[in-house]
Amino acid sequence: MPFCYQPAMTTPLKNIRNFSIVAHIDHGKSTLADRLIQLTGGLDLREMKSQVLDSMEIERERGITIKAQTVRLTYRAADGEDYILNLIDTPGHVDFAYEVSRSLAAVEGSLLVVDASQGVEAQTLANVYHAIEADNEIVPVLNKIDLPAADPDRVKSQIEDVIGIDASDAVEISAKTGLGIDKVLEAIVTRLPAPNGDITAPLKALLVDSWYDTYLGVVVLIRVIDGTIRKGQRIRMMNANAVYELDRVGVFTPKLVDIGELGPGEIGFFTASIKEVADTNVGDTITDDKKPTAEALPGFRPAQPVVFCGLFPVDANDFDDLRAAMGKLRLNDASFSFEMETSAALGFGFRCGFLGLLHLEIIQERLSREFNLDLIATAPSVVYEVEMTNGDVQMLHNPADLPDVVKIAEIREPWIKATILTPDDYLGAILKLCQDRRGIQRNLSYVGNRAMVEYDLPLNEVVFDFYDRLKSISKGYASFDYTLSDYREGDLVKLSVLVNSEPVDALSMLVHRSAAEARGRVMCEKLKELIPPHLFVIPIQAAIGGKIIARETVRAMRKDVTAKCYGGDATRKRKLLEKQKAGKKKMRQFGSVEIPQEAFIKALKMGDS
Amino acid sequence: MSADRGNDLFGVYVHWPFCAAKCPYCDFNSHVHRGPFDEAGYVAAYAREIAHFASLTPGRHVQSVFFGGGTPSLMNPRSVGAILNEIARHWTIDERVEITLEANPTSVEAERFRGYRAAGVNRVSLGVQALRDKPLAELGRRHTVDEAVAAVHLAQSIFERSSFDLIYARPRQTLEDWREELSEALWLAQGHISLYQLTIEMGTRFYDLHRAGKLVMPDEELAADFYELTQELTAAAGLPAYEISNHARPGQESRHNLLYWRYGEYAGVGPGAHGRLLVNNQRHATATEKMPFDWQARVMAAGHGLVTDDILTWEEQGDEFLVMGLRLKEGISPARFTALSGRRIAERQIADLKSYGFVETLPNGNLRVTEKGFPVLDAVVADLAA
Ligand SMILES: Nc1nc2c(ncn2[C@@H]2O[C@H](COP(=O)(O)OP(=O)(O)O)[C@@H](O)[C@H]2O)c(=O)[nH]1
Ligand SMILES: C[S@@+](CC[C@H](N)C(=O)[O-])C[C@H]1O[C@@H](n2cnc3c(N)ncnc32)[C@H](O)[C@@H]1O
Ligand code: SF4
Ligand SMILES: [Mg+2]
Repeated sequence: MPFCYQPAMTTPLKNIRNFSIVAHIDHGKSTLADRLIQLTGGLDLREMKSQVLDSMEIERERGITIKAQTVRLTYRAADGEDYILNLIDTPGHVDFAYEVSRSLAAVEGSLLVVDASQGVEAQTLANVYHAIEADNEIVPVLNKIDLPAADPDRVKSQIEDVIGIDASDAVEISAKTGLGIDKVLEAIVTRLPAPNGDITAPLKALLVDSWYDTYLGVVVLIRVIDGTIRKGQRIRMMNANAVYELDRVGVFTPKLVDIGELGPGEIGFFTASIKEVADTNVGDTITDDKKPTAEALPGFRPAQPVVFCGLFPVDANDFDDLRAAMGKLRLNDASFSFEMETSAALGFGFRCGFLGLLHLEIIQERLSREFNLDLIATAPSVVYEVEMTNGDVQMLHNPADLPDVVKIAEIREPWIKATILTPDDYLGAILKLCQDRRGIQRNLSYVGNRAMVEYDLPLNEVVFDFYDRLKSISKGYASFDYTLSDYREGDLVKLSVLVNSEPVDALSMLVHRSAAEARGRVMCEKLKELIPPHLFVIPIQAAIGGKIIARETVRAMRKDVTAKCYGGDATRKRKLLEKQKAGKKKMRQFGSVEIPQEAFIKALKMGDS
Repeated sequence: MSADRGNDLFGVYVHWPFCAAKCPYCDFNSHVHRGPFDEAGYVAAYAREIAHFASLTPGRHVQSVFFGGGTPSLMNPRSVGAILNEIARHWTIDERVEITLEANPTSVEAERFRGYRAAGVNRVSLGVQALRDKPLAELGRRHTVDEAVAAVHLAQSIFERSSFDLIYARPRQTLEDWREELSEALWLAQGHISLYQLTIEMGTRFYDLHRAGKLVMPDEELAADFYELTQELTAAAGLPAYEISNHARPGQESRHNLLYWRYGEYAGVGPGAHGRLLVNNQRHATATEKMPFDWQARVMAAGHGLVTDDILTWEEQGDEFLVMGLRLKEGISPARFTALSGRRIAERQIADLKSYGFVETLPNGNLRVTEKGFPVLDAVVADLAA
C-alpha cells in the first residue's frame, strides 16, 4: 500500500479541537495557517511552500481559497497533553457563503483574524456572523501588530462595538514574524470547546467538501459527529441517497495519511468509487448503510447557480475542447453548471451557471489558463422569475430567451442585502452609486471612523460592474459583502442591440426601464468605437421592443489601398492579403458586418458612464 | 502549359541596387557604396544570372525589360548595353520591346541619357517626386525642380516614351498645393505619369519621425480627398488612371507594369529581385539575395543569387492574381482566376460588392473595381479573396 497506514485508536474527545479561521481578504488567514502548520511540525521547512493550504494555482495567485482544505495538527500544550487540532480553511468569499457555513458547522470554534492596522472590514463581519450562526466560540486575533500603523486597542473596541464580542483577551500576533503564534495555539486549546459525540451511536457525519484528485478520484472531506467511519464500511449519503463502500479513510497532516478509521469529533477524508464531485453534495449527511442514523443533519441546501453567462469559443473549432474542459472542471466543482447554447452572433457555446461573479471569473480564468482556450463571455445575467399571464412561472437564465412581452404578467428579480464599509471620504459617492443602482438604504452607522452602509440592491445591478465602480470610486478602500435575500417585482425590459439592422443576441440584456436608455446609448457609443469602418455605413441601434432608443453610425471606410507597386514583388502584396484574410477569421461575421471578437468582450465589460 | 494559366507575357526585371544617397522615405533595396567599384566585374554577375534564368525558361519571347533600383541611371551606359546583349543572346526579343530605365533627374545623370538610348533603352521613368523645392529637400532628394524639369525635357527629346513619378499627400501639403503642382506636372507630362501617395515604410527615417510624432501624415479623409482630386485632374488632362497609381494616355501604358499586373511571367535579375517563372507547369516565386556584394558572390559561385524559390500553391496564385490584377482598370478574367486557383470567387461577395457599387462586370466578362472602389481596393480584394 502506497500510503502509510496507522491503525489508530480514535482520539479521546477532550483532546480534540476543531477550528476555522475567518478573516477579511488579506488580513493574514493563510499566513497564520502556515505558521500553525510550521510550529506544530506538520511539514518540515523544505516542504513548506508558503500558503500550503491554497493549493490551486489560481487560489495561490489571487490569495483566495476556493475549496475548503483541512489539516490535522498535533500539538503538545502547556498542560503537557497532546492535542489534535483540526483546522478547516474555508473559502473566504461571498460567492461561497453556503460552503463557508458548512465548514463552520463542522467546527466548534473560530479564530477571528483582523488586521490590526486596517480594522474590521465587510468580509470580517460577514464571516464572523456565519461563525456566530454556526455556534462557534470566537477567539479574536489581531494580526500584523509588527506594522507601525497597527492600532490593536482601536481595533479591539471596534470588534466589541460592531460585532459585540469581548475582545479584551484578543491574541496579538504577527503571522509574518511568528510573534504570538504560540499564544494562538494555547488559546485554541484552552478557549475553544472540545467536540461532543457518541461513539456508540450510529454513524453521522457532515460532508464538508469534496474534490477530484487524479490519483484517488473524488476525495470527500467529512466531520464525524457520532459513531465511527472505517475503511471497507458501506455508507449512505442521505440526501443524494447513494451508497458507497469506502476505499480509504484518513487525515491530512497536511500530507495525506491513511488511518483507517475516524471517530466522533474528528475531521478527515474518505475515498470510494465516486466518479464525480457532482455525486457528492456539500452539507449532506453520511451514515452507515445498515445501521443508519434516525435524522439527517440540518441545514442542507443543494447548490444553486445565481449568475449565468454564455461562454463561446473564439475559434469555433475549439467547441469540443471547451466542452471537454468544462466537463473536467465540473468534476471538481459541482456548483458550476453548463448546457449547450447557440447564438446567431457567437455560434455554438454554453450557457453556464455560477455561484457568483467571482466564481464566474475563476472558471473563466481556469478555462483560458489551464485549458488554453480563448473565450468570449456574454454579459452576466441573474436568474429572473417570469410569471406568465396564464399563471406559469419560468426561471429565465438568458435574456435572449425572454418570452413575448404580451404574455408576461410580471418579471421578478433577485435582491441582495449588501454591506459596505468605507472611509468617510467616499461615502457620498458610494451612496450615489447604490442609489443609481436602485438601492434602498437600510442602515447607516459608523464602525470607528468608517461608515457602514447597508443596502437592499437588485443583484442585476451588482453583476453589472458594481465591484469595479465601487473599487474605483473608493480607491480600493471600500469593502463589500452581500447575501441573497428575496425576489421582487421589477419594471424590467429587454434591451436589444441591432447592428446593421440585425439584432445581436449576445448583446441583449434585461435592464430596468429607467436605466435602459442610458445603457443603450453607452452600448451604441462603445460599439461605434469597436467596430472598424467597413465598405459601407453601419447603423448601430439599441431598442426596447420595436422602439429605437439610441443610435450611432460607423462611418464607411474611405481609403484603404496600397499606393506603391514594389516592382514585381507580388509576394509582399500577397502576404498583406493573407494577413487581412487571417484577420477576417478573427471576426464574427454578422450579416455583412464583421465584428471583432474583442468588441463583444469590451462592449459587455463597459461601465455605465 | 494550360493556355489559361499562363498568358504568354514574358519580361525581364533588372535590379540595380546602388544610389548616391538613401532617401528618408525609401525602403527599396538600395545601398550606398563607398570606395572603388569594379562595375564591369559587377555586370558580369548579371550576365551569369541571366544565363541561369534563361536555362529555366527556354524559348520565351521578351516583351519588356525594366532597369529598376536603386538608381540605374548611375550605371555606365556600356553596362546597360552589355546586359541587354546578354538578354538578347538567350531569348528572342519582340520587335516592339519596351526597355525602360529608372533615372534620377540630376544633371549628372541626364548626361548619360544619349548613351542609354544608344544601348537600346527606349523609355525612361524619372523620379521627379515633387515640383516644389522645399518638399524635394525634405524628401532628401539631390536635385532641384529646375534640374528635374530639364531632365524631363531632355528625356522627352531623346526617348520615344518617358514618364515621371511624383509623391503626393506629403506632410503639410494641402489639396490646393497639390492641385497646382499636379496641374503643372500634367503640362509637363507626355504619355505617362506615376503618382504615389507617400507611404510610411518600416525601417525608414520617415517611419521613426512619424512614430515620434514629428511627421504628420494626412488622415484618412484627407488622403481620400487627395486621391479623388488626382483622379479628377488626370482624367481631365487625358491621362486617366489605368492602375491605382499609374496614369497614361490610352496606348501609352507601361507594358512592363501591365505584365506584372496581368500576372505574366518575369525573370528577376540582380540583388533583391523578384520573379515569377513557369517551370514544369508550376509557378515559381523567386527572390535573390538582397545585399549587393553577397549576391555577386553567390552568382559567381553558383550561377545565380536565388535565396527563395517557392512553388506557389493554387490558393497563393489566386491571391496574387487578384491583388495584382484588380489594381488595373481593365479588371481580371474570372475564368483565369478559376484556372489559376481551382476555385470561384464567391458569388455572394461579388453581389454584395456590386450592390455597393465597388465592382462591376464588363461586357467582355472581366470583373473590375469601379472608380468608387479603387480608394478602398485593399478591402475589396480582401472580400473577394476571402
Ligand atoms: N506585515 C505583516 N504582513 C502580514 C502579516 N500576516 C500576513 N501578512 C501579509 O499580508 C498579505 C495577506 O496575507 P494572507 O495570509 O495571504 O491573507 P489572507 O487573504 O487572509 O489569506 C500577505 O502579503 C502577507 O505577507 C503580518 O503579521 N504582518
Ligand atoms: C524604385 S522607386 C525609386 C526609383 C529611383 N531611384 C528614384 O528615386 O527616382 C520608384 C518610385 O517609387 C516611389 N516611392 C518610393 N518610396 C515611396 C514611398 N515611401 N511612398 C510613396 N512612393 C514611393 C517614388 O516615386 C519612386 O520614384
Ligand atoms: S528613392 Fe530612389 S534614389 Fe532614393 S534611396 Fe530609394 S531608390 Fe535610391
Ligand atoms: Mg489566503
